[in-house]
Amino acid sequence: MTRPVILRGGRVLDPSRGLDERADVLIQDGQIAAVGSGLGTPDGAEVRDVRDLVVAPGLVDLHVHLREPGNEDVETVATGARAAAAGGFAAICAMPNTDPVTDNQAAVGFIVRQSGRAGLARVYPIGAISVGEKGERLSEFGEMVGAGAVAVSDDGKPVVSSHLMRTALEYARTFEIPVADHCEEPTLAAGGVMHEGLVSTRLGLKGIPAAAEEIMVGRDILLAELTGGHVHLCHVSTRGSVELIRRARERGIRVTAEVTPHHLTLTDQACEAYDTHAKMNPPLREAADVAALRQALRDGVIDCIASDHAPHAYDAKEAAFDDAPFGIVGLETAFGVAHTELVLGGTLSLPQLIARMSSAPAAVFSLPPATLRPGAPADVVVLDVTTPWTVDPAAFLSKSRNTPFAGRTLTGRAVLTLVGGTIVHAAAVPPRR
Amino acid sequence: MSAALGKDLVGLEQLTADQIRLILDTAEPFKEVSERPIKKVPALRGKTIVNLFFEASTRTRISFEFAEKRLSADTVNVAASGSSVQKGETLVDTAKNLEAMRIDMVVIRHPSSGAAQFLGDRIRSNVVNAGDGKHEHPTQALLDLLTIRDRHGTIAGLKVCLVGDVLHSRVARSNIWGLLKLGAEVGVCGPDTLVPRAIEELGVCRFRRIEEAIEWAQVLNVLRLQLERMEMGFIPSLREYYRVFGVTLDRLEKAPRPLTIMHPGPMNRGVEIDSRVADGPHSVILAQVTNGVAVRMAVLYLLAGGRPELADAAKRVGGTIGGTE
Repeated sequence: MTRPVILRGGRVLDPSRGLDERADVLIQDGQIAAVGSGLGTPDGAEVRDVRDLVVAPGLVDLHVHLREPGNEDVETVATGARAAAAGGFAAICAMPNTDPVTDNQAAVGFIVRQSGRAGLARVYPIGAISVGEKGERLSEFGEMVGAGAVAVSDDGKPVVSSHLMRTALEYARTFEIPVADHCEEPTLAAGGVMHEGLVSTRLGLKGIPAAAEEIMVGRDILLAELTGGHVHLCHVSTRGSVELIRRARERGIRVTAEVTPHHLTLTDQACEAYDTHAKMNPPLREAADVAALRQALRDGVIDCIASDHAPHAYDAKEAAFDDAPFGIVGLETAFGVAHTELVLGGTLSLPQLIARMSSAPAAVFSLPPATLRPGAPADVVVLDVTTPWTVDPAAFLSKSRNTPFAGRTLTGRAVLTLVGGTIVHAAAVPPRR
Repeated sequence: MSAALGKDLVGLEQLTADQIRLILDTAEPFKEVSERPIKKVPALRGKTIVNLFFEASTRTRISFEFAEKRLSADTVNVAASGSSVQKGETLVDTAKNLEAMRIDMVVIRHPSSGAAQFLGDRIRSNVVNAGDGKHEHPTQALLDLLTIRDRHGTIAGLKVCLVGDVLHSRVARSNIWGLLKLGAEVGVCGPDTLVPRAIEELGVCRFRRIEEAIEWAQVLNVLRLQLERMEMGFIPSLREYYRVFGVTLDRLEKAPRPLTIMHPGPMNRGVEIDSRVADGPHSVILAQVTNGVAVRMAVLYLLAGGRPELADAAKRVGGTIGGTE
């Protein structure tokens, strides 16, 4: 058994209980043992002075790509889990677009075992909706859930067939798992590499109109209503999608949604000069979309922040814009970007941000609750929310470096991450002020 | 390195009106070089230039090659087919290899928007964009501007309309920037399937009927309609396109004034333009081609560090245009 840890004097933020107070947190036998002021120090305990720091439930990310099996040069379950821990995440959900696709119980079990071997952030597999993500026939949801899958998705690809989406939503009800969809109408988006608008017109790049996402968001909402199933909308990017989700939720339809840090903070202007680090799918949209996404996250119309961590080889983005792959890494910048832009920017309070990155996403996928309640597994993050730091991709623990935030000065960073009471990340230099 | 234009010519969006005028003014004396019995000046003697064409091109490549040879540069042509590019070499490797051979300039045509800037950002040599995807084709717009100026004496205040497939046209984008910077009024005309909505935000007038464009404009620049646009579903048929948007003699005869007719080539006679219009008295299509060589000589000369006043002096005394410093 690992040594007990006592975190002394931090600002304890536990959205699951509406807690925001200065207190000690005692972690023993892998669990939260006590939260309160003036806790005694058990024999042999490791004492950490966390005054000026924030103690919160370990962050949860519903949407990452770990590239194992198939592309281990770029990321593995272990390196992804290490990057997650460094970013303050205690749990991440791995999308199934691996090679081969994670579309059966053996493949799901492999992710679970790799996660266990790594012993870092918890990695929950997401199974594919369709065999091979081909969009034709359903994968074996029941067996995949039995092996540890927490949701199903064909992410990276939209579910083109409305019939398949309907049956997935219906069939998933038995196992009480959400169906997560990457919303993109493929004939409208075909060949597109960035948001369709003034910038794409000037750069001469093929655009992806907002309607390509919104058509599928609308369809998925209608199918969720038809089936009573739970649809989870991945990386929502447009103000039109926000309006559709808002109305659906008002009508009680089971729809949840996530948004990425980059869609909350960057616009299509980041694609100027053909910067391939700004190439992602869905594409970066316009300022009015960013404003609507921020408002929706604040209102709870969008449940949570997810990174859509998408590692690529160091030279893959070194190409013409058309030829570069979509996606950026995000695990190690997600909290910093969100805290700097949304909390210091005045959109969210710190407790709200913590909720949107821990308890809310855990609830969306029915993961074990992200909480500091005594007796719960000790998944805990200690955050420094005052010391600025500069994003240096070379220092990332992820195998990949593809980020549009290189060189950005951020405020907000994990200094200590515990999973099940074990320290899985400790910042190299503890802040001293 | 040239202070006058910067290292590369990627597009007209980045240039100032003065820089564009400088290129056009520098082209004037070079026009005369092509009229001589011995069409050569030593301006770029000893310079090595690679014409790197990842897309098929006849007119632009030949025009650049003549411009280079008439400036006495040593040139090498690389076409995508049969080159290392077809063997899977990336653009960045191609760039590094060219750099390693210590060449002075690269003229690049590439199907991807941004490819010229990509190359320019990665090598020390000067890069000239000869057309990148749907982005820009700056030397085409420069020769169009020179031709308009020859014909009308000025560009400021002139009404110029681009007709046809603006969506896929790098010629259109470069023309819009160049014309706007020099003070022209710019129109675009075509079906909404081929004219992006955001184009109006650049400050151009939008026409959906060719008759209205003809009534408004003093100059029509008729864009080539790529025949594959029909298969891609942007227009129902070439026949209907000609009927609805074709620049025909009948339509032009109804105009309040004769219109100058331009086309960047290659033309689809009977699709976007009536043969009688293309061959008619107001067509400057072949003058565009002639000016293409002079404009490209000016661009290469200026990027190589040539002083504009030398070119001008050479013209006045009828002498030769000297080397660069």
